[in-house]
Amino acid sequence: MSLATLAGREVHVDGEGFMTEYDEWTEELASTLAANIGIELTDAHWDVIRFLRDDYRSQGETPTLRRVTTVGGIPTKDLFGLFPKKPAKKMSYIAGLPKPAGCV
Amino acid sequence: MTMTLQAPIPVFDDEETSGRKLAIICSKGSLDMAYPGLVLANAALGEGIETHLFFTFWGFDMINKETMSHLQFTPLGNPATHMPPMLMGLPGMTAFATHMMKKQIEGIDVPGVPEFLEMISDSGGHLWACRMSADMMHLSEDDLYERVEGIISAADFIELSEGAQTIFI
Repeated sequence: MSLATLAGREVHVDGEGFMTEYDEWTEELASTLAANIGIELTDAHWDVIRFLRDDYRSQGETPTLRRVTTVGGIPTKDLFGLFPKKPAKKMSYIAGLPKPAGCV
Repeated sequence: MTMTLQAPIPVFDDEETSGRKLAIICSKGSLDMAYPGLVLANAALGEGIETHLFFTFWGFDMINKETMSHLQFTPLGNPATHMPPMLMGLPGMTAFATHMMKKQIEGIDVPGVPEFLEMISDSGGHLWACRMSADMMHLSEDDLYERVEGIISAADFIELSEGAQTIFI
């Protein structure tokens, strides 16, 4: 965990660049994080990101893809379309959360 | 004021992992042996890895519409249950053990076999059935889970798994 500059602001990130302080994240930063990995955020992306943020706040851990589908109601196929190849890692990076720890 | 460095950007589309491929041979039809392949396939797909599941012999129970929802677990002959072997053969023990295992799996929010296969297919995974097993069991594509892409021969599997890391379960 170290301080780094992101979109002109100082935030805490881990060695890979994932934000580590829940409250430092803003929607503005999300757009920067998304752009960093080549994703332009649409409403559909925001639905996922808001679910991730809310679920993390209530559960204390980043939801897995399965949870985003079963609890968040967003089909698995859509997740792979919105965040190609590595959806779990990409969506948590943009949402300013750690990678999901669960296996399924 | 101290200067801080620009935040690093994670490398998600690493050249080394793109092009990686995984083939998992599922040859078992018991509940406990169905999950390793399903969990690994799901994890690989989430990492952007091309993944193929090939069902053969008893593994057909995982994709046979008749049996896929009713896989069982038996503690008989399994020392890892740490139960007295004499008791494990008692009538009703398999049903009891199956019930307990299903509850444990559900308890950690892991889906049953049909839903797991659907999730794998939705994630871009490929499901294949073995020709010889289908012939032996007199099963056709109509008997198999609809997401199975085809019944293929051993040679077909060897061809499609070219360059893949192969796991036999």
